[in-house]
Amino acid sequence: MGEKADVWQGTLALMILKTIEAMGPLHGYGIARRIEQTSGNLLSLNYGTLYPALLKLEQEGSIASEWGVSENNRKAKFYKLTRAGRKQLAQETRNWEQTTEILARFLSPSEDPA
Amino acid sequence: MKPLRAWVFRLAALFTNKQRERQLSDELESHLQMHVDDNIRAGMTPAEARRHAILKLGGVEPTKEAYRDRSTLPFIEHLLQDVRFAIRQLRKNPGFTCVAVLMLALGICASVSIFAFVDAALIKPLPYPNPTRLVSVFENSAAFPHANLSYPDYLDWKRLSKVFRSLDVYTGTGFLLSTPAGVEPVPATRVSDGFFRTLGVTPMLGRNFHAGEDLAGSPNTVILSYASWRKRFGGKKDVIGQTIRLSDVPYTIVGVLPRNFQFAPRGRAEFWITLRFTMPKEFRRSFHSLSGIARLKDGVSVQAASADVKTIAKQLEKQYPESNRGQGASVFPFADLVVGHIRPILLVLLGGAGLLLLIACMNVTSLLLVRSESRRREIAVRNALGASTGRLTSQFVTEALVLVTMGSALGVLSANWTVQLPTKLIPADMMAAMPFLLGLGLNARVLAFAGAISLFAAVLFSLTPTAHLAVSEMRDGLAEGSRGSAGNTWRRLGSKLVTAELAVAVVLLVGAGLLGKSLHLLLHVDLGFQPDHLATVAVAGPETRYGEPAQAVALGRRIVSRIETMPGVKSAAITSLLPVSYNGHTDWIRFVGRPYNGEHNEVNQRDVSSSYFTTLGAKLLRGRYFTDAEDASKPRVVVINQALARQYFPGENPIGKQFGDTALSPKSIKQIIGVVDDIKEGSLDSKIWPAVYYPFNQSPDPYFSVVVRTSQAPQSLLPALSAVIRQSHPDVGVFDETTVDNLIHDSQTAYLHRSSAWLVGGFAAVALLLSVIGLYGVVAYSVSQRTREIGVRMALGAERGAVYQLILKEAARLTAVGIVIGLVCAMAAGAFLNALLFGVRSWDIPTLAAVAALLGFFAILASFIPARRAASINPVDALRSE
Repeated sequence: MGEKADVWQGTLALMILKTIEAMGPLHGYGIARRIEQTSGNLLSLNYGTLYPALLKLEQEGSIASEWGVSENNRKAKFYKLTRAGRKQLAQETRNWEQTTEILARFLSPSEDPA
Repeated sequence: MKPLRAWVFRLAALFTNKQRERQLSDELESHLQMHVDDNIRAGMTPAEARRHAILKLGGVEPTKEAYRDRSTLPFIEHLLQDVRFAIRQLRKNPGFTCVAVLMLALGICASVSIFAFVDAALIKPLPYPNPTRLVSVFENSAAFPHANLSYPDYLDWKRLSKVFRSLDVYTGTGFLLSTPAGVEPVPATRVSDGFFRTLGVTPMLGRNFHAGEDLAGSPNTVILSYASWRKRFGGKKDVIGQTIRLSDVPYTIVGVLPRNFQFAPRGRAEFWITLRFTMPKEFRRSFHSLSGIARLKDGVSVQAASADVKTIAKQLEKQYPESNRGQGASVFPFADLVVGHIRPILLVLLGGAGLLLLIACMNVTSLLLVRSESRRREIAVRNALGASTGRLTSQFVTEALVLVTMGSALGVLSANWTVQLPTKLIPADMMAAMPFLLGLGLNARVLAFAGAISLFAAVLFSLTPTAHLAVSEMRDGLAEGSRGSAGNTWRRLGSKLVTAELAVAVVLLVGAGLLGKSLHLLLHVDLGFQPDHLATVAVAGPETRYGEPAQAVALGRRIVSRIETMPGVKSAAITSLLPVSYNGHTDWIRFVGRPYNGEHNEVNQRDVSSSYFTTLGAKLLRGRYFTDAEDASKPRVVVINQALARQYFPGENPIGKQFGDTALSPKSIKQIIGVVDDIKEGSLDSKIWPAVYYPFNQSPDPYFSVVVRTSQAPQSLLPALSAVIRQSHPDVGVFDETTVDNLIHDSQTAYLHRSSAWLVGGFAAVALLLSVIGLYGVVAYSVSQRTREIGVRMALGAERGAVYQLILKEAARLTAVGIVIGLVCAMAAGAFLNALLFGVRSWDIPTLAAVAALLGFFAILASFIPARRAASINPVDALRSE
């Protein structure tokens, strides 16, 4: 349970939220596939880790779930964003952009320090 | 905010386990199905597709596990599991559970109830603001450590003292109230103007007494107690300004006291009036009738205040040697006056209850030890199957917690019931003097105490098996029939526990024995008269009609002669104060023809009618009793008691000697005509004081007690007795009808001794039972452990008698050690008990011997059962069994 896992947990939550925002209500399998695709298959995701993360988001009120029927006529649990989830997504997106921007400045070869 | 919300959900999820599990299974199943569908579409075989899907998921069970950890709170989940398991374990063993829970409940109930008393009586006894600043102020003389103040002394103290924010006084009085049911005597209190301000009490209705309202010439005003206001005025708000006739004198009602007002020294007073002294004697420095109460200035200690009043007393002694010679002064916390007499009893009871709790805990501990011993196999198996020591320990802790929770809950519930008992069992009169007990109940402090002892028990009970777990090697437990060092360790520990239990039981038994003996001696103390077949009733004639001496004499004569005509009455007599009430109401005497240097020869003074001594059954030692004809027209005479004769006429015949008041004023000179054997005037445990008995007819008062010697049971005569007086004298108050036996048995002294003797006796009985059960447990366990050894011995030719001896010897050794330690502790604890003992010392040999014999007897009896079992072992079976 070191720092890495925490960061990973955080980013996974963000990815989930973003995926649901982009795709609309979606089941766990769909979210997993979508994350993999979006990452250009760079991420090797254990699908199982998704479910505790989904549960946490649901407990925190960012997403809500409902049983429904998939495109292939399979019974599945669909997750959708709540208003709080939308807010959280916006907030975390901003945070990430800021973090990556700062990190990018550190990592890119220094321009003129002026 | 969000983590909190998640917490709530996780907590709630603890209760929806099954449903969630099913949903999770469904969800994962649908996930796999969709993945398998996709995989098949991608060209895999169904088996391959499923394998791949599961692999990609990371396994179904690990996923579920991770999900579960997130869905609830794992440590609570574990705890609940442990609790469920503990309850199952306890239910499997109902005998153990019941005994353990009951023992704990008993110990907790006893200590919590007693603590509730301690809390009510000792921790917060006074319902006034800043109660620790309130002090009682006394004068004192050689005879009275706590003497009342005289009015002039009070005024001087008030003027001269620098330590009191305010000093006030009160004194008891009473009124006759005409009610539709007849004349009713009502207790009242006279107070100085600032009395209620000193206490910090403001009337609920109307006003407080004004400054100066206690001086002669002020209008008659009265403040009502809340109870009186409700009872006599129906709680109407317009009573303020109304007039009430008290003993035929009109008083204006100016206030009503609040409902929660209490004043223990005058608990039953209904009317509160001011002093307004007018009689000459009330202004004498030698007339001590007032009790002082003061509020200390901030930062002044009780010691400093005491020193200050002592200085003033010295000054007054110099200034007024005639009256104030030998008059010291003292200051005590006011709470001492209210609860001082029950403090030692409560502390002893708290000690007793504590010891009982200790025994109960030790007993449960040894039960737990036996249990953990018999569960070694189970624990070893669980350990081998992967339960960590931490998890096993937490299991023990949980079991202890469950046990203690049940025991405490039961204990506290029953304590809640027992603390209600005193309000029902204590007579109303006595309750009025202990108003602090009205607040008895399980308040926050008492519950905190209950929590603390439960916590102590829980820690003890979780440590015991845990320690045992550490001692015993886990792997040993798996070995069939192993009885390694752990068994012996336990046996040693168990023996020590039982020895300690027996010792504690001895301490309690000795305490109970001593208190019981004290009570017996107290109730059989030589009173100097025959208390059986004596009825008594108090009479109060209004001053307006019987204030003149001749009127009071006539009233007394009429009532006595009327009662003596009643069937079942042998004789009747009058006294100003009943015997076995209190030492006090004294006279200062000076002997004629002896040098006098102003000392105060303080003696009990009683005014009695001519037939008083014969009615009581007292014993005349010398001379004669007075006659009914000896009234104001005859020379003044007096009967003295043996103590006075011994103290002032050693080796002399006192008959014919004379004494008078300190000035030897001619009217006060009396001749001694008789010496009566000492009559117990004070409480049962008090000393005999020198006493003088003046003829009622020479020293009459319209307020007196009638004593009646009956031929039948005195109780049955009481209604007729009051009826006869009421009928013949409708204008006098008749009250306090009772028998002298009841008076003695219900006296506060007897009551306190009795309740402590019974309570400690109860504790001791339970302690005896518990410790003997404990001993039985240890011996029985030892026999079960030694079955094979005994079998071998018997196979080698040991007689049954030798086996008995083997077992009984072990028990006897434990018992003997326990008893010896207990006796030593009891003698050490005796000092603590001395304040409660009467007529016995804490090292009373017969009591100690009786306790040792009693406990020894029961101990041998308890160990006889396992010894018998040991002796009846069949050696062949025993050798084969293991």
